[in-house]
This record gives sequence, structure tokens and C-alpha cells, in this order.
Amino acid sequence: MNPVSDMGAAGFLIFWGLTALAAGIFIVRGYQLVQYIYLGRNVGESKLTLGTIIGAIWHLILQQCQFKNVRRKDWSGLGHSFMVWGFLCFVIYYFLFIVIASGFGIAETMENNAFYVIWCWVTDIIAPFIVIGVIWAVIRRYIGKPARLKGQLTWEAIFILMTVIIHPITHVGKIATQIAAGHAPAGLGLATPPISTAVSNMYAGLTSLEASHAFWFWSHWVFVLLVLAIIGYTRYLHVVAAIINDVLQPKTKNMVERIDLKDRATFGVSRVDGFSRKQLLDVYACVVCGYCQENCPANLTDKPLNPLLIISDIKTNLMTNGPALLKKQSPSLGLIGDGGEGTISEDAIWACTTCGACMEVCPVYIEHIPKIVDMRRELVQVQAKFPEELLNLFENTEQRSNPWGIAPSDRDKWAANIDAQPFEEGKTEYLFYVGCAGAFDSRERQVSLAIARVLDAAGISWGILGRDEACCGDSLRRLGNEYVYDQLVKQNLATFKERGVKKIITECPHCYTTLKNDYRQYGAELEVIHHTELINRLLTEGRLKLNGTGGDLGNVVFHDSCYLGRHNDIYEAPRQALAAATGRAPIEMERHHNRAFCCGAGGGRMWMEESTGKRINIVRVEEALEKDPETICVCCPYCMVMFEDGLKDMDADDRVKVLDLAEIVAARLK
Amino acid sequence: MLVVACVKQVPDTTQVKIDPETGTLIREGVPFIINPFDTHALEECLRLKDEYGFRVAAISMGPPNTEVTLRKTLALGVDRAILLSDRVFGGADTLATSMVIAEAVKRLAQEEEVAMVICGKQTIDGDTAQVGPGIASRCGYSQLTLVDQIKSVDVDARKMVVRRKLEGRYEIVEAALPAVLTVVREINRPRYPTVPMRLKAEEAEVVLWDNKVMQLDETAIGLKGSPTQVRRIFSPERVKGEILGDGMNEPGEAARLLVDTLVSKDIVSP
Repeated sequence: MNPVSDMGAAGFLIFWGLTALAAGIFIVRGYQLVQYIYLGRNVGESKLTLGTIIGAIWHLILQQCQFKNVRRKDWSGLGHSFMVWGFLCFVIYYFLFIVIASGFGIAETMENNAFYVIWCWVTDIIAPFIVIGVIWAVIRRYIGKPARLKGQLTWEAIFILMTVIIHPITHVGKIATQIAAGHAPAGLGLATPPISTAVSNMYAGLTSLEASHAFWFWSHWVFVLLVLAIIGYTRYLHVVAAIINDVLQPKTKNMVERIDLKDRATFGVSRVDGFSRKQLLDVYACVVCGYCQENCPANLTDKPLNPLLIISDIKTNLMTNGPALLKKQSPSLGLIGDGGEGTISEDAIWACTTCGACMEVCPVYIEHIPKIVDMRRELVQVQAKFPEELLNLFENTEQRSNPWGIAPSDRDKWAANIDAQPFEEGKTEYLFYVGCAGAFDSRERQVSLAIARVLDAAGISWGILGRDEACCGDSLRRLGNEYVYDQLVKQNLATFKERGVKKIITECPHCYTTLKNDYRQYGAELEVIHHTELINRLLTEGRLKLNGTGGDLGNVVFHDSCYLGRHNDIYEAPRQALAAATGRAPIEMERHHNRAFCCGAGGGRMWMEESTGKRINIVRVEEALEKDPETICVCCPYCMVMFEDGLKDMDADDRVKVLDLAEIVAARLK
Repeated sequence: MLVVACVKQVPDTTQVKIDPETGTLIREGVPFIINPFDTHALEECLRLKDEYGFRVAAISMGPPNTEVTLRKTLALGVDRAILLSDRVFGGADTLATSMVIAEAVKRLAQEEEVAMVICGKQTIDGDTAQVGPGIASRCGYSQLTLVDQIKSVDVDARKMVVRRKLEGRYEIVEAALPAVLTVVREINRPRYPTVPMRLKAEEAEVVLWDNKVMQLDETAIGLKGSPTQVRRIFSPERVKGEILGDGMNEPGEAARLLVDTLVSKDIVSP
């Protein structure tokens, strides 16, 4: 009973003809897609080595087998994991199936061994889970209609789900008709698979079993081949691309590329082939799940930026321009344009706060921020076209190495009334890198003083660089002004080297991530610690003694800084320190930890007007006020400004105060 | 045709301190910037280049390190950068300065017809606003000061119309080319240099015109040719006033007190 060999030579031809056709389409399309990726720049950022592959395998098991996705709030990952596991089991089954169905005459041997029977049991049991997974997806998508899938309930999506559900059904039909006809898979006396056996009872007494079996057999295989053929044309592509994307993801989170300031091709991305190859692979991996848009502060406050559309527009652009670019012709569709399909508007590019929420939730490790920064680099460095507010920032930072253009000689004024030592190798252990806000902003200077008090109380040996400290360059880098950022990095690193700086305490999470992660691209090996981490360590080690007489703070709500949290995975240190200082765990807002909502000032947005949609800081302040706090605890100068401004705008500044963790701790020192 | 931007390298005044003992400027370690008004003059030249296809030359007189400033102008799109630097040019007042620059403009005019010379309305270190007009009279060009808008340029008729921003009023003026303009900040927003242009500027040549090239009479330039000389620079003594009210606890009362005091001293009128 073999539908292929039963048809003789015709069966052989049809089976192999269809299989070859589907495999051919898969390979040709696959080759084309790979060619498109190779249009991108080779920056050698992620090399496949034995080490990286082995290291990635464990991660792959965790990620690709959906353990991470299952835990999402809407439980969509659970249904998806059924499909993934089912798919993996069926892929193995198909290799056995080809041998049986191939018409080479070895079917009987294959069908009558223990492994085949065991695998038929596996697929048999997993089959109903796939059906449940698909039904769950249909209910969730088409009845639940989550906001994140807005605009994504397409015919393609439903068609793909249908091709998924057909597999287990036709498979069970195929085995059931075999069992009914007395040709069950059999080996070593194992029982027949349970579900197929149950279904086979429906066929009991039918005479046309051969025809029924042939129907299920061919319909099953045709759909398998259909899926194979359309992988490269539909979002099925993520099955392949997401796995490779996972393996190739960069070691440092949310890192942008260091460019060669002598190589014009790297100054900025104005055409789709200006992206690096990894950046292009990203767009294949996208499965339009919409988690990114659901978490994007710009998108949620009606700005013209949607991280999902950034990715899909780049993909459209690549598909449109790919054929011409392969022929070394100019692209017909511009990358930065009016925001129509396949182009990205300048307003969208400037709306990003680089908070990293999109990248944090992306199940396939797409890097949205580096793409946006690449395009900002084009606008700033090649076209000199940017929101006019940024001109002062750029010139001030270049001329006076701080965003406000205040005289560098005023950099140590915050410490005029305390005994702050200049950093000196051998005499002082830590450099307290105060940062521009800590040195110049009148409110943030209070935080600098609080940190100084805490450090002194714990007996930490620290010093400052005063006027020799230059801006770390965070805003410039995120805004795409790599040229001036590069100057600042070199200036700071030269100072660190000359003065023998190795250990650094930062006040600002942006300085922290820039010195710790970004400067590593320049070979810097610095031990950088954020003040909240250090304070928590000092409290844990008992080097700081608190007595709780710093006044009652009432309800304390904690706000995660994006650059401390998502960018560096520091969530618990500030919370523990806060709990130690106040005697109780801080109150969490609706969105917290890695899902926390940005204050709106990152990515250089601090220096820009926010005239479209609702203000991001107002949204976050409203969220905080829902918890009825008397105090909002922050760890970042930008968050401080955004919360204080937001509270003023909402007339809540008389009942709620914003304090940095260091201020709360300093007020409770014994 | 050529438009000439006159730029001056000045100490960054936000960073200038005066030595309390000697009463002189502490120049050590103070970075130099392009005189802010001159950035608008330069930008206006570049806009004329974009609109009419003029070529742009930037001229600066100063010590050899002024080359850095001229290189910045090249990064913004200037076609030629000329540095007027020689020991004998040093110590010049506005008369001697405008003399040297005017001679340089005449030299340029021998090679290529000059349509305009554009200066900032004044510098932030000298604050005299005399050099622009000085160049105009020494070159015999039309003199248009305090321009906040170029209305039109008629190249064929060698004419232009500008708007001058005066105290409480505007003046629309037509003048024959060539003309010397001094511009106010409101005239434009300076552009930002692109990285490719910055790199090009690193390679480009800043032409040095010293007195071997200029061949000027040494008694008419520099310190010797300057009838005015600076005797002393000092900061005025600031007298700290008295605290009148408690603004922290009684802001309303303090504000009233402040206004009354200002009115009574005739500083503001009610």
C-alpha cells in the first residue's frame, strides 16, 4: 500500500517532479535572498566560529524552542510553541517519509522498524497540539484582535495558519487509513499510534481505503511542498532567518557600529545597501508580531515612528531595489523619504528615544536602534539635515564639551563647597565621572553632592577631573554625530590614560553605558560602576550605615532608567538599595523592569522639541501618579528633568517630589 | 564672480578670565572660535553661492593659528581660504586692520570680479563695528551695515537690495555692486559641516598672504599704522546689592517690593 509505487512510473515522476519543483523554488529564492544580504556592507561584526556556535546552541534551545516566548503576557507564545515543537518533530518525520514514499522499493523495510513506529507515535501525539496551537492563534488574532497586530491580520497570516493546521490533519488521515487497511506501521510488536488508531475506526468496513489513503497521502505531501516553496516569499522566512539571526546577535546589547571616519561608505546609510549584512538579515527574521510597536514610547504617543514599520519598510525597500542593486544600478526607491511604503520619514528617524523597548521584546533579536542611528548618521554627517534645536547641542558639545555650552572651567563648581580631590593615580582609587548634567544642571548638582556624601561616608577614595572631564558623547552618538563623538572619546581616553584612571563611578546611566560599553570599541578596558550599583554594594557589605531619619518619603515609586535597565540589565541593585534605605520595597508602576516606559529624553531627545502627539514624560508621570506616590525615585539626570517637568505640567509638583536614589540614601546616613 | 567672507578668530568669551593682578586677559588655554557674527556672514556668502553660483573666498587676519578657523570655513563650503598673517600686521587697530583687508580684497578683485564683501556687524572681542565700514571706504564699495535680509541681487545690472535692521525700524536700501555688507544674527541660521566636507577641508590649502605677498607700506599697517592703542583692560568692579525681601517664603511680597524699588529708582516705568 504505497500511493507512489502503486501508480508505477507515473507515481515516481509526479512525486519527484513536485518535490524537485518545490525544492528548486526554495533554493532559487533562497539564493536570491542571500545575494540581497550580500549587497550590505561586510563589517565583520559577527563571525561564525566553533565557539560562537556552541555557545549559541544552548541559547537556541531556550529561545527557538520557545521557552522565552511562552512567558509573554498574552500567552500567544504557548500556542506558537506547540507549532514550533510540532514542526520540528514533523521535519524529522519528513526524512523518513521521503524514503518510504520515494518509490525506491525500500518502503516496507522502513515502515516495519521500531524507530519509524516510535516517530509515528511522536507525530501522532503532537498532532492535536498543533491543531490547538492554530485554533488558539485564530481566536487570539481574529477574535481577540490585540492592538499589537493592528494592520497585520492579512490574508497571508490566515493562509499560513491554514497550511500549518493541514499538516497534522492530513498526517493523521494518512496513518489512520493505513491502519484501517491493515498496513499499520509495525515493528517489534509495538502498538499502533493512538490517535490515528482511533480515527481508523471511522474507516472500518469501507472498501475504498486505498483511494482514501492516496487522498490523504498526496494532500499531505503537496502541502508540505507548498510550505517549502513559499518559505522565501512569506513570513515563514522567519523560521530560517530567525535562527541565524539569533546565532549572529552581537555580544553587547544595543550597540551601534563604530565607523571608519576615513571611509565615506560608513558615514551614514542613505541606501538600503548601506546597512551591514547583519542589519539586512534582521529584516528577513521579522515575523510582524508587533511586540515592538506595542512597547515603543514614540509609537504609543502618536509619533510618526513605528519600529515594526521601520523593519518592514527596509524589507520592502530591499526587495524593490534588490534586482537593480545586484546589477550595480542605482536604487529606484529612496530609503529616507516621505514615509510611504518602503521608505522611512525623517520625522520617524528623529522620534526614537533609543530606549531599547523594541529590541528587548523582539523574539527574533532584531536590532532596531542601530538601523535608526545609521540613518541619523546619514542625515547629520552627510546631509547636515536635522531638527534645528540640535545645532546648538552639536556646536556647544564640540566647542565646550558640554551640551549647554557653559565654560568648561565651571565644571567643578558643583563641588565648590565640599572637599573634592582632583583625581590622582595612587592617591585616589575611583574617578567620580560627574557628567555634564551632574556638573552643570542646578537640580542634578544636588545629586552629585549626595553621591559625594555617600562616597565619603563609606570611606571610598575618589577624585574628579574637573575641567579636564569632557562630555562622554552619549547624545551625539545616538543622534548620529559620530564625528564629534569620536573626538570626545579620544579626548577622554587620552585623559584617562594620562591620569591613570582605571575605575570609574558614573552618576548618569548614559555616561555609564557609553564609558563601559561604547568606549570598548576603542580598546578601553575600564571598570565602570553606576552610583546605584555601588551604593547597593556598599549597603550590602555594611560599609554604609543608615538610620532612617531622613524624613518620611511616603509611597515611593521606582522608575527604571532605560540605559541602566534594558541597556545594561541592572534592575535589582537600585531596588535593593531603595528598600534598604526606606525599609520597604518600592512600589512598581504598571510597566517596570525590562518593560518599563521611557521618560522620553534618551537618544538625544532631551535636546529636541516634542511637538507631535502626547508628551512621553506626561504619559509616564500619569502612570506613576496612578500609584499615588509622594516620592518618585529615579537614577538618571534625564529622568529627573522629565519627571520634574511632567509633574509641574500636571500641577502635581507640590505633592510629589522626584529624588535620585543617592539623595534618598544620603539623607539617611548616620 | 566672487563674494568674500571676512572672519575673525576670537577667544571664546565665555571662557575668558581677566587676571585680577595684571588686569590683562588670560589667554592661556582659552579656545578660539569664529566670531559668532562672522558665522552669519559666512553663511550668507554660502547661500549666495547656492543661489547665484558665486564663488566664495574667506579672509582672515590674525596669528598663524588662525589657519584652524579658516579650515572650518573650508569645511562649510568656502572655495578659497586666505590667511593674512605677518608680524608687521600685528597690533593693528581698526584702521590698520581694514587697510590690510581692503588691500587683500583688491588683490582678489584683480583675479576675479568681486560682487560683495560680507562681514559680521562686529566682533565679540573688539566690539567696534568699524572694520566692515573701513573696508568699504578703502575699497570704494557701497557700504551696507546691519543687514538682516538680502532682498535681491541683480547681477547683470550690478545692483542689490537689502533690508537694514535699525533701532525700532527697518530700512530697505538699493546699492550698486560691489558692496560691503555687515550682517546681524537674524539674517540666517548657519549650516553645520558635513563629515565629507570636514575631511576635504583637512586636505585643502589655506593660502598664506604675508607682507612679502602684500607688499604694503609698513608704516601704514600694524602697530605703526594704528593711531589708537589699548592702554589697559579691566573688569568693572561689581557691587553686590542688598537683599530686600524673602523670596523663598514670601514670594508675592518680595515681588511687590522688587517692583516698587525698581520703579522708585526709575529703572523701570510703571
